[in-house]
Amino acid sequence: MKLLTHNLLSSHVRGVGPRGFPLRLQATEVRINPVEFNPEFVARMIPKVEWAALLEAADTVRTLPHARARPEWGGGRGRSHRRPGSLARVGMPRGDLGLCPQLHLVEVPKEPIEGYEHDEKFLRKMHHVLLEVDVLEGTLQCPESGRLFPISRGIPNMLLSDEETET
Amino acid sequence: MALSCSLNRYLLLMAQEHLEFRLPEIKSLLSLFGGQFTSNQETYGKSPFWILSIPSEDIARNLMKRTVCAKSIFELWGHGKSPEELYSSLKNYPAEKMALEFLPFEGKVNLKKPQHIFSILEDYGLDPNCIPENPHNIYFGRWIADGQRELIESYSVKKRHFIGNTSMDAGLSFIMANHGKVKENDIVFDPFVGTGGLLIASAHFGAYVCGTDIDYNTVHGLGKASRKNQKWRGPDENIRANLRQYGLEKYYLDVLVSDASKPSWRKGTYFDAIITDPPYGIRESTRRTGSQKEIPKGIEKCPESHVPVSLSYHLSDMFFDLLNFAAETLVLGGRLVYWLPVYTPEYTEEMVPWHPCLQLISNCEQKLSSHTSRRLITMEKVKTFENRDQYSHLLSDHFLPYQGHNSFREKYFSGVTKRIAKEEKCSQE
Repeated sequence: MKLLTHNLLSSHVRGVGPRGFPLRLQATEVRINPVEFNPEFVARMIPKVEWAALLEAADTVRTLPHARARPEWGGGRGRSHRRPGSLARVGMPRGDLGLCPQLHLVEVPKEPIEGYEHDEKFLRKMHHVLLEVDVLEGTLQCPESGRLFPISRGIPNMLLSDEETET
Repeated sequence: MALSCSLNRYLLLMAQEHLEFRLPEIKSLLSLFGGQFTSNQETYGKSPFWILSIPSEDIARNLMKRTVCAKSIFELWGHGKSPEELYSSLKNYPAEKMALEFLPFEGKVNLKKPQHIFSILEDYGLDPNCIPENPHNIYFGRWIADGQRELIESYSVKKRHFIGNTSMDAGLSFIMANHGKVKENDIVFDPFVGTGGLLIASAHFGAYVCGTDIDYNTVHGLGKASRKNQKWRGPDENIRANLRQYGLEKYYLDVLVSDASKPSWRKGTYFDAIITDPPYGIRESTRRTGSQKEIPKGIEKCPESHVPVSLSYHLSDMFFDLLNFAAETLVLGGRLVYWLPVYTPEYTEEMVPWHPCLQLISNCEQKLSSHTSRRLITMEKVKTFENRDQYSHLLSDHFLPYQGHNSFREKYFSGVTKRIAKEEKCSQE
């Protein structure tokens, strides 16, 4: 799950309404996923971002002690034998999943700067935070009800059950 | 007068497939590139020859970079019902518009690397069993560009890594993206994403894509395969892998396991297009999550991570939710493109779902069987969405006509059940 997506998600537990945003992110496994930089797309996303929620999410990913980061495996060029979501060990010594020394998570600017559309440095930082940080395992928590939504293999499961369902 | 008519006129040679879908595709694409559909031709109907006015050659070329309905486009220099008419029409074509060095076709002929290609097209009508001696119409023009029909083969579902029971035919998925006016750097969303076929077309046109589906296995790429001779899905069978197959992985945003009737998106407008093929209840079931009270006895609970409780999702409710969701989350001017299954004997135009914020752009039929069809509905958001509750009572009346289709599944199979009953009766006699 990318942080851009997290920024758009909200809890829909019954009765929670707008207080269901933002979902509290807890990540246990994170992957840094290089994505081709497209300044126009990033610039388009900036006005849609809820900044406080983004800062909070980026913080949890960076500071969580058990967060593990691994570079993209397979290079995305037809390596079809790799199972998505499996603990690929590209570039890592066998059996040692250990902590990556840095998450390479750049400081997220506190707010969009004026003239950001043309500021490549700013856009590259935002590109990295919004699109290249992929939460593989973890949870999203409704800030109002405490309900947890699991993330597995990079995919959040937002299904509610029984009485939680909003009528 | 004659002069102004012949300026900027182009001849589109259309493919004879998905006939009803062609005009909305061309209109949508022209408006995407700053043109407008203008033509003196009365009707298009089944003809593959369309004459239209396009403001500039650039717009014409952009159109051809997107269309899968048109084979080629020509700058129209003349046409007529006979060679004589064609010749006099050509004489009227302003000399200064013909590239000077070719007046009157004095340049060198180069068959290997021509600078310009000229074509004569002859229209012999539409009936292959009754071909006239002389063509009905003859056209002469300068070839500009071909359309994107080769995408249909290169993106064919037959070659795709990850498919489902109801994966959309490649040609139609591109038509849907074109009806949706998808453009570079858009965000396109599919709330019933399945194996992601519709997302691929949008990603090909440069949009960033995301989707949701209630089926955990499909989203994760697990479970039984849809291909004959294959039992289980392999490791490279998921939506992301499909995009990777075509070099489009950078456009993959995310997919989620989610119930489209209970969306978990925050308030706001962030989708440029919503392009989807909701389940009709025939080959994929219509489901939604619900509370314990709503379940009749005997329905089992599914394991934890899957759908907790499955209720049948009435088709009319599903479209109500879809339109409301689109009205709320689409940007102004954004489009919703979706398939609406109909039972043809009972279909009327009033059944097409309606919403005060969405304007109906097109409604194209594709026959499924003798008594059922599906319609590709395209709507555009023209009004800001005010309040979720405001629309509930307004819309329920408008969806009443469609509620007859809630038993779409029974009606779809009614032809089959009648035939089986008849056969059994015959064999008993």
